[in-house]
Amino acid sequence: MKRNPHLPLAAFICVAAVTPVLTSLFHANFFLTQLTMSAYYALAALGLCLLLGYAGQISLGQAGFFAIGAYTSAVLCRAGLDPRLAFLCAVLASALVAVLIGMPVLRLKGHYLAMATLGFGVVIEKIARGVPFLGGADGIANVPAFEIAGSLQIVGGKAHRLSNYLIAFAILSAALALMINLLSSRSGRALRSLHGSEEAASAMGVNTARSKLAAFVIAAVAAAVAGSLMTHFNGSIGPGEAATIKSIRYLSIVAVGGLSNFIGTVVVGIVLNFLSLRGVFGVYDDAVFGAILVAVMVLAPNGFRLSLPFARAKGVPS
Amino acid sequence: MSMFRFSVSRALRGAVILAVMAVSTNAFAAPIKIGAIFAVTGPAAYLGAPEEKTANLFVDNLNKAGGINGDKVVLIVKDSAGSAERALSFAKQLIDENEVVAIIGPTTSGESMAIKDFCNASKVPLISCAAAEAIVEPPLPFVFKTPQKDSYVAKWAFQTMKDSGVKKLAVVASNTGFGSGGKAQLEKYAGEYGIKIVLSESYDPSATDLSSLLTKVKSSGADALINWSIEPAQSIIAKNMKQINLAIPLYQSHGFGNIKYVEAAGAAAEGIIFPCGRLLVADLLADSDPQKKLLQKYNSDYRAAYSEDASTFGGHAYDAILILTKAIEQAKSSDPEKIASAIASIRGLPGTAGVFNFSASDHNGLGMDSISMLTVKNGKFALYGKK
Amino acid sequence: MSHEILAQYLFSGLIYGSIYAVIALGFNIVYNATGIINFAQGEFVMLGGLVTHSLSAVLPLPAAILAAIAITALTGGLLEFFFIRNIGRLIKGMGGKGDVMHLTIMTIGLSILLRELALKIWGEQVKTVRFFTGTESSSLSVAGAHFSPQLLWIMGATALVFAILSAFFRFSLSGRAMRACSASRVGSRICGIRAEAMVTLSFVLSAAIGAAAGAVTAPLTQTHYAIGTALSIKGFTVAVFGGLGNSGAAVAAGFILGIIESFSIIVFPEAFKDVVSIVILLSVLLARPSGLFGSREAGRLKEA
Repeated sequence: MKRNPHLPLAAFICVAAVTPVLTSLFHANFFLTQLTMSAYYALAALGLCLLLGYAGQISLGQAGFFAIGAYTSAVLCRAGLDPRLAFLCAVLASALVAVLIGMPVLRLKGHYLAMATLGFGVVIEKIARGVPFLGGADGIANVPAFEIAGSLQIVGGKAHRLSNYLIAFAILSAALALMINLLSSRSGRALRSLHGSEEAASAMGVNTARSKLAAFVIAAVAAAVAGSLMTHFNGSIGPGEAATIKSIRYLSIVAVGGLSNFIGTVVVGIVLNFLSLRGVFGVYDDAVFGAILVAVMVLAPNGFRLSLPFARAKGVPS
Repeated sequence: MSMFRFSVSRALRGAVILAVMAVSTNAFAAPIKIGAIFAVTGPAAYLGAPEEKTANLFVDNLNKAGGINGDKVVLIVKDSAGSAERALSFAKQLIDENEVVAIIGPTTSGESMAIKDFCNASKVPLISCAAAEAIVEPPLPFVFKTPQKDSYVAKWAFQTMKDSGVKKLAVVASNTGFGSGGKAQLEKYAGEYGIKIVLSESYDPSATDLSSLLTKVKSSGADALINWSIEPAQSIIAKNMKQINLAIPLYQSHGFGNIKYVEAAGAAAEGIIFPCGRLLVADLLADSDPQKKLLQKYNSDYRAAYSEDASTFGGHAYDAILILTKAIEQAKSSDPEKIASAIASIRGLPGTAGVFNFSASDHNGLGMDSISMLTVKNGKFALYGKK
Repeated sequence: MSHEILAQYLFSGLIYGSIYAVIALGFNIVYNATGIINFAQGEFVMLGGLVTHSLSAVLPLPAAILAAIAITALTGGLLEFFFIRNIGRLIKGMGGKGDVMHLTIMTIGLSILLRELALKIWGEQVKTVRFFTGTESSSLSVAGAHFSPQLLWIMGATALVFAILSAFFRFSLSGRAMRACSASRVGSRICGIRAEAMVTLSFVLSAAIGAAAGAVTAPLTQTHYAIGTALSIKGFTVAVFGGLGNSGAAVAAGFILGIIESFSIIVFPEAFKDVVSIVILLSVLLARPSGLFGSREAGRLKEA
């Protein structure tokens, strides 16, 4: 995997760029809609991959940060704020919450951390569902388009299908590049040392608390970006996006994609969500993710420290 | 090499011919494709599962009887599990990919609000089975809904309460689109009937015991309690009230329209009063009632097919597909735009929820007269006597 | 506020509390034997209720309940045998925290699968179980508060389960073996105790307890395929609140939390009731992870 770290990313970008050509050839441009949505979900999973796979911190609350980003954008845009400003607020809000929650919670280990993040996710969902100002159970609809520059905007609708696909994958690729570069930097190496042994890392002078918090915030930001942009693409957001089962789905994706494998996580995230959004799993949608979680845990007996890119073993194209 | 090329070109030609044949055969039969998005699984499954069963049953019977204008109907059902983003993804799939002529559903208000603008912009009729008034107010040319207006249901309940001398009312509702929509209507119209709301609270839809909430109701001094929800919590409230000895009349919303909730509440269900469509008391209606035959047939067909009683939730899906069928018949076309105009011009069509009269400004089509006050007597639904 | 209303809130709290207590007991058994938090515990409760509902159509109620407990216990054992023991060699060398997390995550997946299976078998409709004594409307009165007689059954069941467990762990050979196992894996091996068998037994026991809880609460709360998730979250909230591993603490914590929740409705809307318990959970985790009554050491060694 370390032979040429940029090869998988380059391959990913090529496949992503070629896909619209293929879909247009086979008159399947409607696939682009679900691919775009899947890309945003994959971005949230990518954030979790950094946190879980590299910093070794389990979080069952990723959907909560997705929702914070999504609702912040939705509420502010409906109130008339420029979507670009709203987006910034969404990211800042998520980061702020991540710092506030992360500082105390990341002191916990193992299942205590899992439970605390799970609890955080549940609280966010209850608030999203229970506060009338946030739309209650119906969520917020009629979210305006996100105009980035000129006629480039994030919005649903046939006419903008291709441009939105390209925007989503551009952002996803950029995030991937950033993460991969982060890992080879000094802070990145500090992060990876956490996973090996916190005591050893600490002995080497790594500020473990700060590294863990940084990873937590980055994951939260990734989720918030995904949430905010998806909300503009869909034109609406509902409390279902904050549900615990969503956090579990992100976890399944990271587990299958390869806990230390960014590209694997992203590819699995896109494929699974694409199939789910097209209804391929039918009424067994949740069951599929549950089964995946069980299967991965059974077949990967060496715990979270996977050294092989697990994606290959699962036959995921890459 | 040239042999290979020869057989390849032959195969290609054959394929082209077959394709042309397939396309042209379709052009003759042209089945009518209708999309349906229901929450068959997930938290709204109480609503979505009967809706899906009803829709499938209707289409089966329709096709056996020859279809619409001689064309068979193909129903493409997607399970959204109550999730708005999946509903949206399916709406896009059904319209852009499957090219359906119309969509029935979704099950919940949240999903309907998420997809209605897209359906309208794509000029494909949407007939929602969800309750929120905001779905059709203000009316969009392509968006319709079949359940009765919450405000009418609320007014019926209030009229009965007023006649019974209720002055102080406690309102509890589940924290869902259905519940909060109803709660808002109750709060809006209580004053018109001289009723003061002394307590108004939302509860978690998955609640399994509400005795502490009901204790709060007890301490509020209310003369009556109305519960507005679609969940089994309706039965739990009935039971908890008796268990904590809260001896005031219990009103429910039209979400109580399912015999399973009466069974679940057992002895505590006696005397519950609720406004509802007349599906559940079809046998008690006068023979001259325009809905009676249809209701009885729906009841018996559903019971025969699924070994369980029909509910008003499934009825909303029945109405949706009935309206669509009539519109296509009238329009003599599968063009979505013509279908939408045909729906808006339907008058006097008896359905399960009432008799539908659509217009350009009314995309729900049901009036106050679609609702009757029902009650529970000896474990069965009955018409509420004191009118 | 009259003292009758106060008493009423108290009794409502006891209803919640006893449900939570008996679920938390199940969590603790598995935790003590393996260090795993079994997220599928709520599903065992769900199965207990649903199987009782189905069997009570053909068997008298007490027999249906016992059969439901047996079937669920078997399910728990089979789950452990096929999934957890499959990586049982990890449990032997249970040192690294990664292994236990691994299995805990797996129970999340298993809980989802159990839930979908229940949906397939029983459908989405809510199911009820007959009240053990009286009907849905029966009401007893104590100190001005009214409650269903089923509450007494629930509290009685909780007490019974607690008593049986204590006796089991104190006096029976298997029980003592389980305690030895959780105290020292190496030491117990030397004594010839097979760790794998103890783990299976812990799942069987906690599934049986869960099922008993499900059967006895089903008349009051009704059951359907999806109630497990919320119950699991409540269950481990209570277990952590009391102190993971300490069964007596779990029962006490269950009642305390139930009463807090019941009274909280005076100020908070019911829709946020769960938020109250989660905030308590988070506070406990951050301020005193060993729980209200536990100490880290004692939590691992004690059973009852």
